[in-house]
Amino acid sequence: MAWETVIGLEIHAQLATRSKIFSGSATAFGAAPNAQANLVDLGYPGVLPVLNGAAVRMAVMFGLAIGARIAQRSVFARKNYFYPDLPKGYQISQYELPIVAGGQMDIVLEDGSAKRVGITRAHLEEDAGKSLHEGLPGQSGIDLNRAGTPLIEIVSEPDMRSAKEAVAYMKKVHTLVRYLRICDGNMQEGSFRCDANVSVRQVGSEKLGTRAEIKNINSFRFVEKAINYEVARQIEVLEGGGKVVQETRLYDPDRAETRSMRSKEEANDYRYFPDPDLLPVEIDNAYIEGIRAQLPELPDQKAQRFATQYGLSHYDALVLTASSELADYFEQVVQKLGGEPKLAANWVSGDLSGFLNRDGLEITHSRVDAAALAGLLARVRDNTISGKIAKDVFEAMWQDQQSADAIIAARGLQQITDDGPIEQAIAAVMAANPAQLADYRSGKDKLFGFFVGQVMKATQGKANPARLNELLKKLLSG
Amino acid sequence: MSLSRRDIENIAHLARLGLSDAEVPVYAESLNRIIALVGELDHAATEGVLPMSHPLPGLTQRLRADEVTESDQRELYQRNAAQVMAGLYLVPKVIE
Repeated sequence: MAWETVIGLEIHAQLATRSKIFSGSATAFGAAPNAQANLVDLGYPGVLPVLNGAAVRMAVMFGLAIGARIAQRSVFARKNYFYPDLPKGYQISQYELPIVAGGQMDIVLEDGSAKRVGITRAHLEEDAGKSLHEGLPGQSGIDLNRAGTPLIEIVSEPDMRSAKEAVAYMKKVHTLVRYLRICDGNMQEGSFRCDANVSVRQVGSEKLGTRAEIKNINSFRFVEKAINYEVARQIEVLEGGGKVVQETRLYDPDRAETRSMRSKEEANDYRYFPDPDLLPVEIDNAYIEGIRAQLPELPDQKAQRFATQYGLSHYDALVLTASSELADYFEQVVQKLGGEPKLAANWVSGDLSGFLNRDGLEITHSRVDAAALAGLLARVRDNTISGKIAKDVFEAMWQDQQSADAIIAARGLQQITDDGPIEQAIAAVMAANPAQLADYRSGKDKLFGFFVGQVMKATQGKANPARLNELLKKLLSG
Repeated sequence: MSLSRRDIENIAHLARLGLSDAEVPVYAESLNRIIALVGELDHAATEGVLPMSHPLPGLTQRLRADEVTESDQRELYQRNAAQVMAGLYLVPKVIE
């Protein structure tokens, strides 16, 4: 039987405000437990929430960036549940009238094809605190520093058909919120996380299957693994004649499986109602248009510009615009180099990204800055060094944080472009390999590569490849 | 609409109220009377009337500037907590 996977994601992005959504407590990560939890966050009786204007502004920015409708009137609602991570007994969220509705996001899949994912809504809400269970027999420890941190919950349509699509979509949203600077995107710290609604149905069926919701996944890798596991599990249940139960599940990265979360609340019954402590949020057109006018260049626009302005392939443009910081770095290299965008693109997405990855560094902490890389590429362009030697120089630059010129001079890596020394090296190689020479001359053209390799070895890779090719052809043919 | 015994038990559970067997019919009776009273609204002509989320027409939410105005007063706030440890509020275990 052929099955089709259906996935919708609910992404929670913490908004990069200084203070909480309904109180003046700080939102900085890593403070001592409960040092940033005031009377409003603690749910003391008699306190009143006052809405943070920056959170509203950031939600509107997101809505505009995904082409959504911005509600001129939105309403906060109470979502009731008892759990000590929100001591009020409810979470302030938005229900019937969210601030953002009806947007979309275009994603590019691995095979290069594009797909549009609908975004049903994005609403403002407060985050909950953290419960710690380790080492406290019979008890849980509650840290409410995170309680009241502003979030936007971004709810997609069930438009994704594979774990890979879900990851591509999540990455795209991640890129966007960071471009907009409305979320730091730090997944380890929980600033960006998602719940995945996963179901399967028989191919051709219009009706959605029963879904399971996998909660709180905080890495792209885990999203893919959790969904793949869950899909396989559901198919196994269905093919065994069973039924998928609608439930909340947790992904356990250590065991690479999802398992049922025994909910304290039998069935979720949140009893939403408009929060009487908060008036409707009304924003006018001038406010919305003012924000639109200040939106930065968005990822899709930047990728499009990179392709046309720099003559890059669509793929390269996408790689380089994966973050605004990487894109800025690339543009600085091109500017300092005065051109050569393709050379710069290859290096930024190739060696540089490789070293950043290896050392777990962000582009903003690169050990080779844009000016230094431009300095190296200038020496490639003027043939001082070959592309191959440049890789060694780059590694040395990364290690020692010296300029390319300093390393080239200190190690004597200048390319040999004069014919004399190259011809000498060729002659020596020919003399040392009479059998190969005879074979070549009797028609074994493939041996040309062998001679190139030998001469390169003899010159420690410094022979100018173009000159070497030309001279070698001439001398080998005798 | 009328609430059954099961409805009452469910509502009591959601509200974390422990009702004795004898109390259930008492609450059922009171709540049913309240619902009947609110049910009068079903007879009102509401066509063309926008649902209100608030009884304060013309007022909208004031926005606060994004500024940190609170300092750490954990010690003060935790004085009336039942149990604390290393800055954490302690509660009965909430997961299995």
